[in-house]
Amino acid sequence: MGLGDEVKDQFSFLGGFKLTFQHLTRPRVTTQYPDEKKPKYPRQHGRHVLNRYEDGMEKCIGCELCAGVCPADCIYVRGLDNPPDHPVSPGERYGYVYEINYLRCIHCDMCVEACPTEAITESKLFEFSFSNRSDAIYTKSELLVDDRGMPQKLPWEDWREGDDMMTSGWMRATSPAGNASYEGEVQWSGELGYGVRAPEGGQSGRRNDERTGNKALRQTLEAHLLAEDIPLAHRGMKGRVWRAKIGAERNKAKMEAARNRMKELRATRKAAKAEGKA
Amino acid sequence: MIALLTHLAAAGINPHTAPDTGTGDPLFSNGVHWGDLLILVVRVLAAFIMLLVATAMMIWFERKVISDMQSRIGPNRAGPWGLLQTLADGTKLVFKEDLLPDQADSFTFKLAPYLSVVPAFVTFAVVPVGGIITLGTHTFELQVADPPIGILLVLAMSGIAVYGVMLAGWSSGSKYPLLGSVRASAQVISYEAALGLAVVTVVLVSHSLSTRAIVDAQSDGFWHWNLIRLGFVPFIFFMIAITAELTRPPFDLTEADSELVGGFHTEYSSIRFGMFYLAEFMNTITMSAIVVTLFFGGPNGWIPPIAGATIYMPLIWFVIKVVAFCFIYVWFRAALPRLRYDQLMDLGWKRLIPMSLAWLLLVAGIVAWQWRGLILVPVVVAAGVLLVRATRLGSHRTEEESVLPSVGRRLDPARPSPGGNA
Repeated sequence: MGLGDEVKDQFSFLGGFKLTFQHLTRPRVTTQYPDEKKPKYPRQHGRHVLNRYEDGMEKCIGCELCAGVCPADCIYVRGLDNPPDHPVSPGERYGYVYEINYLRCIHCDMCVEACPTEAITESKLFEFSFSNRSDAIYTKSELLVDDRGMPQKLPWEDWREGDDMMTSGWMRATSPAGNASYEGEVQWSGELGYGVRAPEGGQSGRRNDERTGNKALRQTLEAHLLAEDIPLAHRGMKGRVWRAKIGAERNKAKMEAARNRMKELRATRKAAKAEGKA
Repeated sequence: MIALLTHLAAAGINPHTAPDTGTGDPLFSNGVHWGDLLILVVRVLAAFIMLLVATAMMIWFERKVISDMQSRIGPNRAGPWGLLQTLADGTKLVFKEDLLPDQADSFTFKLAPYLSVVPAFVTFAVVPVGGIITLGTHTFELQVADPPIGILLVLAMSGIAVYGVMLAGWSSGSKYPLLGSVRASAQVISYEAALGLAVVTVVLVSHSLSTRAIVDAQSDGFWHWNLIRLGFVPFIFFMIAITAELTRPPFDLTEADSELVGGFHTEYSSIRFGMFYLAEFMNTITMSAIVVTLFFGGPNGWIPPIAGATIYMPLIWFVIKVVAFCFIYVWFRAALPRLRYDQLMDLGWKRLIPMSLAWLLLVAGIVAWQWRGLILVPVVVAAGVLLVRATRLGSHRTEEESVLPSVGRRLDPARPSPGGNA
């Protein structure tokens, strides 16, 4: 090591000043969480829902396979024979009692895989908190989807516009029979509110990302790729311009959304005020 | 370096053009009148309130800038842009439970925060924040007090502030606070020497200890600033020493969170903790102001030819300069990792003190003999070479030669240890 290198080494800490100063102009990484939410991943595991067929019949047959497979012992099911004059489910029996204890549930989705009728699936909702231990036990009346097939908005859950879309994750998260030749083949029944779910895209290229909410892996990871793996158009100065353009568009969309939200808020306030007067 | 020194000599460090010293505040030049007393009280109150508000702003500023430098957003909930965050935090602290540890020495434990806060307030009193103002028949300086010993008061107060930290750590009756306070006292005493030597160079060229006289000596354009007159070096030493004195990063060994929980204030809670916190940030502002006073001409600056500008422009210049230094302190915190304890002591004793002593010699020589003072350059260089050689020899001693026990010695990876297990 020469003297020049030694001196350079002694003053290498000055690089930190440059880096931190550059960061003043870089975009912020923080998401203002309760105000804005990041989009959820298509396979996210949230709280459960009990699905119904498109004719409104419940899918659950009270077989207790989910309770048996549950590693956390959080599911309690009791089946009962369907009353012959007004059956709840198409089969012989139906789920008379269905309880999930969310203080124990680890969201492993084993119950979803065990279910023979696709009755129980997981939504993407994770923002539910309780101040009472007994509130943590969801019963059938809370888990069952409503008449439109959407998860119920319970008062202590934090729902926003669009949060109940694409919530039923099971179909896309499970490979049909685990056989590659079945990729893209639909092997499941429709469900209330969603109809027949589109299959998740594999390596064959037969995919409908818009319907499944998926993103190609390469697209997701582009920011983390090595320089030589990034397409030429996205490298260097050109890439910077491209990213800036995308950023500007995203910001514009964000501003637009915020403006619309404010407009809506104002309208609802105005309506409430008018109602109060009337 | 020679060119710099000749420039220094040419810039006119001349004892004969030095301003008149020891005049003090003109407020009392015609005896004491009740109006003078009123002005005095208003001045003290204004400074007190401004300093408190400025400290609240400083805490917000630090949190905001450091989060900007880390691509975060920072406080943004209380008030616009999170401006009232400090107020919210302070309110919370006041209403929290005030704990007194069982092992604590109750009286000292309660006294320590005051020993930290009061010097922080007092130090700011000698800082000239603006020009000279005439109100009716009363002419006064825009600073709380202008004692003839001005800059000595700053040094004395920073010495007293150590007692706050030291007693806090000792009286907590707990291990980590004690370690933190021992570190604090060793560190502050070590760096006070370098700090004092840097201040002496300023005093040498300004011919006064009074802060007002130091500022006046730097008027008429930025090339008269001590920063340039003294050739940048004392400023750099002062900056490093003052950062260590403030125990701000990268010299925050006294409250190194990862080693000592919170250092000397680990056992403190509620408003007593708040007072330490307040004192820390108040000291940051005060020391920025002292740097500005000593090296950057204080409130001196260009004044536009507008009526009344002579009243508020110095104040604005002062604020701009101080904020710039506050930013630099935050920048230090963002950019530099914490020093190891031996590195801290090495930097203080082996580098800063000898180098600032050398620079002081050069400045003194030039002040006394004009350009003939350059004769000291070879002397200083020779002494420096000797010292470097001596410290090198000292750090390369082998185990057998050492007079110290091997316990606690730094390991040298290049040399296998005598035990043979390295």
